[in-house]
Amino acid sequence: MYLYDDFDRTLLAERVAEFRGQVARRLTGELNEDEFKSLRLMNGVYLQLHAYMLRIAIPYGTLASDQMRKLAHVARRYDRGYGHFTTRQNIQFNWIKLAELPDAMADLADSRLHGMQTSGNCVRNITTDQWAAVAPDEIEDPRVWAELLRQHLTLHPEFSFLPRKFKIAVSAASHDRAAIAIHDLSLRLYRNGAGEVGFEVGVGGGLGRTPFLAKIIKPFLAKRDLLSYVEAVLRLYNQYGRRDNIYKARIKILVHELGAERFGREVEAEWRSIKDGALALDPAVIAEIAARFRYPDYERLADSPPALVAARKADARFATWVHNAVANHKVPGYAIVTLSLKPVGKPPGDCTADQMDAIADITDRYSFGEIRVGHEQNLVLPHVPQRDLPEVFRALDAIGVATPNVGLVSDIIACPGLDYCSLANARAIPVAQEISQRFRDLDVARGLGRLHVNISGCINACGHHHVGHIGILGVEKNGEEFYQITIGGRADEKAQLGALIGPAVPYDDVADVVEDIAQAYLELRQQSDELFIDTVKRVGVEPFKERVYATR
Amino acid sequence: MPAERHGITHAQESAVTSPLQQKLKISGSSVVTANRLADGAVVYRTAEGTWTTDIDSAAVVSSAEAASDLLTAAKADGVQAVDVYVAPVKLEDGLILPANLREAIRLRGPTIDLPITFGI
Repeated sequence: MYLYDDFDRTLLAERVAEFRGQVARRLTGELNEDEFKSLRLMNGVYLQLHAYMLRIAIPYGTLASDQMRKLAHVARRYDRGYGHFTTRQNIQFNWIKLAELPDAMADLADSRLHGMQTSGNCVRNITTDQWAAVAPDEIEDPRVWAELLRQHLTLHPEFSFLPRKFKIAVSAASHDRAAIAIHDLSLRLYRNGAGEVGFEVGVGGGLGRTPFLAKIIKPFLAKRDLLSYVEAVLRLYNQYGRRDNIYKARIKILVHELGAERFGREVEAEWRSIKDGALALDPAVIAEIAARFRYPDYERLADSPPALVAARKADARFATWVHNAVANHKVPGYAIVTLSLKPVGKPPGDCTADQMDAIADITDRYSFGEIRVGHEQNLVLPHVPQRDLPEVFRALDAIGVATPNVGLVSDIIACPGLDYCSLANARAIPVAQEISQRFRDLDVARGLGRLHVNISGCINACGHHHVGHIGILGVEKNGEEFYQITIGGRADEKAQLGALIGPAVPYDDVADVVEDIAQAYLELRQQSDELFIDTVKRVGVEPFKERVYATR
Repeated sequence: MPAERHGITHAQESAVTSPLQQKLKISGSSVVTANRLADGAVVYRTAEGTWTTDIDSAAVVSSAEAASDLLTAAKADGVQAVDVYVAPVKLEDGLILPANLREAIRLRGPTIDLPITFGI
């Protein structure tokens, strides 16, 4: 966990007081909507189809149990008893009242939570690997760098009014669990041939109506230069990014139009002028931030304790769950446990207040009071002793977050879609519900192996459909919901944009199409361990297209 | 959950156009709708110049001119309601019904069961 200091607490308290005054003036009409809208957006407050929505940042996806309880409190006191975890390590409350928002924000601030920079044309919540500091394939904790950037870029006056929003993701493992390639700025920590640890920097990733993967403009950046280099990228974007057309305002368009090489050269020139100035990182500053991350006092335990081995033999459901939802931890005797927020037939990413409270209690008892949030809209208990896994399973199963479908076809990423969102053209949640119902037989789902389905209710792509193994995009045609289907996308270290398989299909056909694609895969794969995504890469789109459209 | 739950079928729907892109040309009966400032609830403009959550109490217009007048008056009220726009409706058996899925969802809520209804 990261320990906040007085500066953070004062900042949040002042921000809440300021927003309280702004809301009061809006309610009396002293501020009109044009004046107020940008102020509420700066605090993560949107107006959706039927209510205000409050988006709260969960920096680098790390939550303490008291913060989770506070989210439960806000869900109960100010909303309708649940929240929705998003694809960017945020949580959204969908039914919050404007008049009560200042009180909700004050309660959140008491637990170091806020909505600042979760909206607007600024640097958004900086995300990272939900397995940070516990993954065996990680070289160091990426959250230290996310926190350093968070401190530098929170309310940064030069970057509070960028041409458009700006998203940064950091990864420090060989396997990318943070989908860094679809971010405006990607930072991958790695060790180079000389044994030094630094960043590979990419820019211009992003989805939406013009999807691009980030292009590498700096193969190796020394740690001391992180702030100055990011500052140089943001300056270039701030100066040359388009402000005349919202659809061309993201940095990905600038990078595409200039070319990555030229953009990189421009950044390099800017960076060289500032790299040895005030932004050069003093190792003492890095060490101070790193020291504010507190790590569990792990016991010395052995892997695969007898109690775990016996429980796996005795209880098939438990064994199935362990195989699916439990991953190796870098510390012997511990495990990383993923909590599926994808129960069959339910909205992906939703979590009730009662579930939040129960998860907080479970992590206090079994995982050092810490919870992680991943971009797949699931939660993680990062430090569970393996000997406790049977008890943890029973506790999680009792509250409905132990469906063993992590990474399977029913572990669907979906945006809120037209059921909530004022931008959406089509629904996403009921499509996800129907697909998960079709694959509720987990033997069938397991037989398909890793298969990511991503659904967006409009071209803005909050459901990251372009990088789903199967991507589903809702569009509107003459008043009807239609869905474009892509296959072959992926968001990991081999990131790829999916390819369209053919004409959009009507709402009622989407789950049938997913079943057809799954069946085609089973027939096309060379052996049972060839993943769907690898089969698509080997055979291309055409065989799937033929299968889907043969009878349509 | 099918759209039919919301009282409309796809075949009956008219185009779903973002209000932000909307030009004021109407092809049938329409109402003026918005979100209530204090809580975001969906409201409709009445003939008396007030706002109501009851669509059956909404003022229904059927010409662009009448819609424009209703819209202009509604927009002048910047305190009670925000994001004001004209939305299509159908008149059936004396009832005013939303004419597309977006408006049906605004009126009746999400087409899915909310999580709190299934609890844990």
